[in-house]
Amino acid sequence: MAGHPRPLSPHLQIYRRQLTSVLSILHRFTGIGLAVGLLYLVCWLIAAASGLDSFDQLQSFNGSIIGRLLLLGWTVAFFYHLLNGIRHLAWDAGWGFELPAAYKTGYAVLIGTAVLTIVAWAIGYYQMGAF
Amino acid sequence: MADAAPSRKSLRSDIAKARGLGAAKEGVAHWWAQRLTAIALIPLGIWLVASLVCLAGADHAQISQWLSAPFTLGALALTILTAFYHAVLGLQVVVEDYVHTHAAKLTLIILIQFAAFGLATAAIIALLVAAFAG
Repeated sequence: MAGHPRPLSPHLQIYRRQLTSVLSILHRFTGIGLAVGLLYLVCWLIAAASGLDSFDQLQSFNGSIIGRLLLLGWTVAFFYHLLNGIRHLAWDAGWGFELPAAYKTGYAVLIGTAVLTIVAWAIGYYQMGAF
Repeated sequence: MADAAPSRKSLRSDIAKARGLGAAKEGVAHWWAQRLTAIALIPLGIWLVASLVCLAGADHAQISQWLSAPFTLGALALTILTAFYHAVLGLQVVVEDYVHTHAAKLTLIILIQFAAFGLATAAIIALLVAAFAG
């Protein structure tokens, strides 16, 4: 049992990249990012509860370049994690495990993420009267 | 584990000896809870993001009005609690996979769980304050 130490998890540096493995690690990265986003959502709620001044401060940060980039990142992460999560649930149910299906659904997740992100931001800007 | 030929002197069955030795231990409950919260978060997450998108550019009065609707209050509380539960389960797996010293692993998992409970409580209180006192 106690031989030389073996690698305990997939080593991202030496593992040959392919669509399926990249999507897999992206699921983790977006999950971690969304946990941070959840923290930010709590801050937003606390600001809303603390009254007008603190809320306006947070809203103006949301409107800044950094704020918008963060919100864009969380939008991408949300839609990716949502769609790829559904892909994972389908796998759990035993569907889509064959390699061609795994690639097809993988590309579908990427395209879906892009489309949903663009739609969400278009609606958001429309709400703010941008067009 | 070293002797290849199994000695039959022990009264314990093979399954009794093997149980609890693997990496997973009580993994089924974790796996199942992760899937259940994932399924719940499909409608809840879509609702939250759609709501936030529709509230883009809203002022404090509009947000307070949205927060004080009973449906918003219930759905948001449910979403936040489920999301924190799901986040704890997911982050725990990441820590288990990539942190290899036992002490650091345990410390991180405990910190994540404490933080999640604290933040979820803060979120619920903020929700109630914003809805009823805002």
